Amino acid sequence: MTTDEREIRQALAKALTELADKDERIVVLDADLMSCHATKCFKEAHPDRFFNVGIAEQNMIGVAAGMATMGKIPFAYSFAPFATRRCYDQIFISVAYSGLNVKIIGSEPGVAAEANGGTHMPFEDMAIMRAIPKMICFEPTDATMMEKALPQIVDSKSAVYVRMFRKKAAKVYDETLDFKLGKAIELKEGNDVTLIASGIMVERALDAAELLASEGISAAVVNMHTWKPIDVEAVKKAAKTGAIVTCENHNIYGGLGSAVAEVASRECPVPIQMVGINDEFGQVGKNAYLSEVYHITTADVVSAAKKAVSMKK
Amino acid sequence: MDVSQSQSLAVKARQLRDDVIQTIGTFGVGHIGGAMSVMDALTVIYYSKANIDPKNPRKQDRDRIVMSKGHAGPAMYAVLADLGYFPKEWLSTLNKNGTNLPSHCDMNKTPGIDMTAGSLGQGLSAAVGMAMAAKLDKNPATIYCFIGDGEAQEGQIWEASMLAGSRKLDNLIVLLDYNKMQLDGKVSDINDIYPVVDKWKAFGFFVQDIDGHDLDAISAAIDNAKGSGKANMIILNTVKGKGASFAESAANCHSMTITEDMWRKETGRFEG
Repeated sequence: MTTDEREIRQALAKALTELADKDERIVVLDADLMSCHATKCFKEAHPDRFFNVGIAEQNMIGVAAGMATMGKIPFAYSFAPFATRRCYDQIFISVAYSGLNVKIIGSEPGVAAEANGGTHMPFEDMAIMRAIPKMICFEPTDATMMEKALPQIVDSKSAVYVRMFRKKAAKVYDETLDFKLGKAIELKEGNDVTLIASGIMVERALDAAELLASEGISAAVVNMHTWKPIDVEAVKKAAKTGAIVTCENHNIYGGLGSAVAEVASRECPVPIQMVGINDEFGQVGKNAYLSEVYHITTADVVSAAKKAVSMKK
Repeated sequence: MDVSQSQSLAVKARQLRDDVIQTIGTFGVGHIGGAMSVMDALTVIYYSKANIDPKNPRKQDRDRIVMSKGHAGPAMYAVLADLGYFPKEWLSTLNKNGTNLPSHCDMNKTPGIDMTAGSLGQGLSAAVGMAMAAKLDKNPATIYCFIGDGEAQEGQIWEASMLAGSRKLDNLIVLLDYNKMQLDGKVSDINDIYPVVDKWKAFGFFVQDIDGHDLDAISAAIDNAKGSGKANMIILNTVKGKGASFAESAANCHSMTITEDMWRKETGRFEG
């Protein structure tokens, strides 16, 4: 699979800048990480609608909420742990409980935080955001998906959390992508097991499916980019293959595996294996190294799939 | 403010205090202390300063009034009911099942409430965001925000104050209900916020330090604040429980039980 020519952060910033040309409600807030989020283009195009509020994430979320009461659609950026964990009560009360339309962009999810290490490496951001009623939780796979999602994020009246890998991801989609927030995308059909993946794990799931095919196991691959509201029908369809493997760059406690299991256990119980971080903190290291340490590589997906298949009745 | 206006506001503040005492008394328990201490400033703002329209509670150019110390909800409800935002009968539903009037202010339940509050420190950030958005839109709204002195122990108050001061948000008027008491006792014993004037001056605010129960002083301070060119802080030196004798005399009246006998005796309302 080829690497994308564009970084996801660049695609988002450019699309946001263009949307803001037509939509005066859009404002951008950042807590002193503008250069990490490539939002300079927005600042240059709309200087009066870009607010670096300084290193104060709790206040940033409150300010965004206040702006939303005045009819603005604020996009509040920070690194994912500081955009969620650091200001959780502010998101919970000032944004979600208050029913305000604030979009939160958390960058560098999970092992993508690399050299910033354990303090900056959120394996729990989607779990805690998913626990907030009505919060939409979305993880784009590549630049194209981010672009296609943006107008829907703007149009949604609800608060949205975007768990954004910042840099060049594997290019999974081209312009023909038919994207709908909350609707999973089937990337590959299969009969023996379904791999449900998100973010950087989509590429690994696709690679794993090829390896499994060479061993005679037919694996379907589904991109569950929206963890909440989760696509219940997609989980039901996955269950028809008789086994599921979830693949996430996130703690399996409260993450994608949990979200899928919540549906499957109620609607369509089948064996589920979860590839993800198993109750660990982060640390410094390259993505590839950390992926081995935390067992979220393609090989880990393959062995989880075999185990899931072996558990089928 | 002329003498007759001042006198009529004093009458109004007394009536509103009685409404709060009756409201909390009807439920039986509640945050009486901090609702009483802000009532004079609330009365001046709502009845002589604010650009508001109870018939059009969401009009875009209205002044916003954020009660960041959200537990003073009953004070807001007494005012909003009196102004006709909702029927006065609602006051007797405070905190009862299915009510539109919860302990802490909720913008999605109560007409006239501009911001949800209850988790302390958060309302001020929202007020700062409102003031910034108003400036962006050239909206003439003034943003009023009440904070508590205990609330000023929250770090978020200082994050928000730093931004408001640094951006010279002169359309923001913060009012500190400086009654010197918090839930567990004296602010000065627990985690002192003194010196408040110097603190907010250091954060770039135009600070006025007044008697929070002097209606003329409150009125003048608000007039002075407009046009200060800075974010504004009005320190309201207040008495917790002011105007409810059983609360004023209590060792701590942050939240207390109020019996029917107590509220009827205090308000002189023996009918109905």
